[in-house]
Amino acid sequence: MGATTPDVAEIDDLIRKRLAELLPQAIEAQLREREAKRTPSLSIIATKGTLDWAYPPFILASTAAALDWDVSVFFTFYGLNLLKKDVSDLQISPLGNPGMPMKMPFGPEWFKSLNWNIPNVIQSNIPGFESMATTLMQQTIKNNGVASIAELRALSQEAGVKLIACQMTVDLFGFSHDDFLDGIDYAGAATFLPVAQKSDVCLFI
Amino acid sequence: MKFDKELDTRGLSCPLPILRAKKALAEMTTGQVLRVQATDPGSTKDFAAFAKQTGNDLLSSTEKDKVFEFFLQRK
Repeated sequence: MGATTPDVAEIDDLIRKRLAELLPQAIEAQLREREAKRTPSLSIIATKGTLDWAYPPFILASTAAALDWDVSVFFTFYGLNLLKKDVSDLQISPLGNPGMPMKMPFGPEWFKSLNWNIPNVIQSNIPGFESMATTLMQQTIKNNGVASIAELRALSQEAGVKLIACQMTVDLFGFSHDDFLDGIDYAGAATFLPVAQKSDVCLFI
Repeated sequence: MKFDKELDTRGLSCPLPILRAKKALAEMTTGQVLRVQATDPGSTKDFAAFAKQTGNDLLSSTEKDKVFEFFLQRK
């Protein structure tokens, strides 16, 4: 061996040093590329069956689909109401709901800005109070150019959002598959959890 | 600015302007430009985010008399 030939240990050392310089850059570039190519995903559990709570799952699902995300919404308990063929009968209740502004959707501006702070004990004693509140809410929704639940749901389905009904709750509440939309799946917790595990955003609504 | 298609979402609230824009873009071809009008005050931020996420270019975003105007180029 000539004196100028470096020994194995020296070569190894040089390689190690060089790799330490190059590897982080290469890995980072690869991760960035993978991140850019990856499709984000959203999974939602929808558990509420009232008109107001019908909005968050469908707004988020339809928007995520518009952003090219993979979206699954799992409907359980009262959330099943949102999968019925006809959702025009969804109701709201201002009873025991102090966060809900009670404003009129018609009349002059000063009238519309009034907040009708009606005590629970009175609300609960007026027959049809919830129906009235629902009608007023539907009018407010229309006045503000907010989409109907039926429209958001149709847009979600059209955009490829997977709608999954909890089969256990379907049985528990005595519903039949005929009550629900076409093109939805029926499954249980064991189906949802692996989907949720892989999703970037997972919400319980 | 020149555009190939027009979408009027004035009077509509979140997320309808975005959903309608997405649908309109899907029916266009690469490089074509969509003009969107909106009155939803949240739409300025929403369209910027939408463009960034979907890779469609937001060529311009302006406001005049509470009407927002966006030009999106289909990727």
